[in-house]
Amino acid sequence: MSDYDKLVPSPTPDTQPYWTGLQEHRLCLQACADCGRVRHYPRPVCDSCWSMNAKWIDASGRGKVHSWTITHYAFHPGFKGDLPYILVTVDMDEGVRMNAQVRGIVEADLRVGLPVKVGYDKVKDDLTLPVFEKA
Amino acid sequence: MSLREAAAVTGVGETKYLRGTDRTALSFQLEASLNAIRDAGLQPSDIDGLIPYGHGAVAEDFITNFGIKDLRFSATTPMGGASAVASIQCALAVIQAGICKHVLLSLGRTGYSGGRIGMRVQQMPQFRTIGEFEMPLGAIAPAQLYAPMARRHMELYGTTSRQLAEIAVTTRYHASLQTNATMRSPITIEDHQASRMISDPLRLLDCSLESDGGAAIVISAPDRAKDMAKRPIMVMGVAEGHPDSPSAITQRPDLTTLGLAKAAPKAFGMAGITHSDIHVAEIYDCFTYIVMCQLEDLGFCKKGEGGSFIENGALGLNGRLPVNTHGGLLSQAHMAGMNHIVELTRQLRGEAQAQVPNAEIGLVTGYGDMGDGAVAIMRRG
Repeated sequence: MSDYDKLVPSPTPDTQPYWTGLQEHRLCLQACADCGRVRHYPRPVCDSCWSMNAKWIDASGRGKVHSWTITHYAFHPGFKGDLPYILVTVDMDEGVRMNAQVRGIVEADLRVGLPVKVGYDKVKDDLTLPVFEKA
Repeated sequence: MSLREAAAVTGVGETKYLRGTDRTALSFQLEASLNAIRDAGLQPSDIDGLIPYGHGAVAEDFITNFGIKDLRFSATTPMGGASAVASIQCALAVIQAGICKHVLLSLGRTGYSGGRIGMRVQQMPQFRTIGEFEMPLGAIAPAQLYAPMARRHMELYGTTSRQLAEIAVTTRYHASLQTNATMRSPITIEDHQASRMISDPLRLLDCSLESDGGAAIVISAPDRAKDMAKRPIMVMGVAEGHPDSPSAITQRPDLTTLGLAKAAPKAFGMAGITHSDIHVAEIYDCFTYIVMCQLEDLGFCKKGEGGSFIENGALGLNGRLPVNTHGGLLSQAHMAGMNHIVELTRQLRGEAQAQVPNAEIGLVTGYGDMGDGAVAIMRRG
């Protein structure tokens, strides 16, 4: 796995718990510690009450497909071997959206509203990416 | 106080558009600027305001190369492909405030010969969030990030790839009428349908070009514009709009509505005209879908009706709304929409190569940075 040649995230103190959670097979989403609003992607300020106090919640990992694309061209050489790959945009039960590739879902399955759940794909020792599977 | 007719476009300039060069982006930007300044009948040293497109030449380059002795204003409007039209609003504001008389908007790029878009996006600070959360998943380039918007529109409203093809076909035909366009061989809807899939539902012929070259315009105060080399093109209305969740499209409440939807009512209100008054429209066309979505967000048709609005050659020179008469980013060259402002100006002067008869009022849009929008409405002065 040391020859991993795709783009990798550079977490900040504001975002690290998300990535640590994925390593532990938990989907952690950031929420406002004052008004409780869940937000994604992680950031310093709540756009509802402007509090800078944040907490992390364990999310259900469940949601429904909002839209998708099937990529046939490698815009980065690391993804050439994956082509074609499906990226779904998902309405999570917590009210935010997530984007991820799919596992075990084919083009014919895709529709708005398809129930899915998060899975975990350990792509190298220190990186686990989310994927979506049929719920 | 309104910016209505606070300034006029008085000069436009382009370089030869290319796919392959060993020149620098700076030399293209300066050459296009000189052409625009000449077209306006000015000397380069007359320029007293600069709004260059971001990531390119800076004020120091213009002062050094043009011998400008008293530059009074310099800024950028960092909105990606919406920057050029948004900078019209900025230029009008500084002219109305009495700061400047002649503001130069300019762009030069080596989009074909230099770094390609998938790599450029990774380096832009406004995309650090998607850089961390989406690019590692393989969602890297605009084609992939915008495709789910098009797919959502198709699923909700029944929009089809063949309808999007109409935009590619019409735009290519307009490019075939130009001497300065890089893709001039006409195509058919079947050619579009046979072109390879890039990121479903977007095919190769739904995507804009990567190009080398430059484009520029001069905007002048009304008291100067009336006595310059060419007939002034008055800016009747202008506005910019930023969508909710401007960087991360995935988090946007409505994937099918762009920032332009917020700008359009402001620009039409300022101009005091309605959609039926528009004779020609130059619509930012990084992708065919984005053209259709903007026509909806501008109010030419209702949300969801864009597909039927553009059918049957509606956007051709003799259609209900002639669009991208120069060939656009899809077929002329990707000059980040500066070439759209150049073309609208030529249409309203009556000097375009694919002229819409009696075009007196027109509209130009910009779209960029994942959803920012800008629109300017202009008339023959």
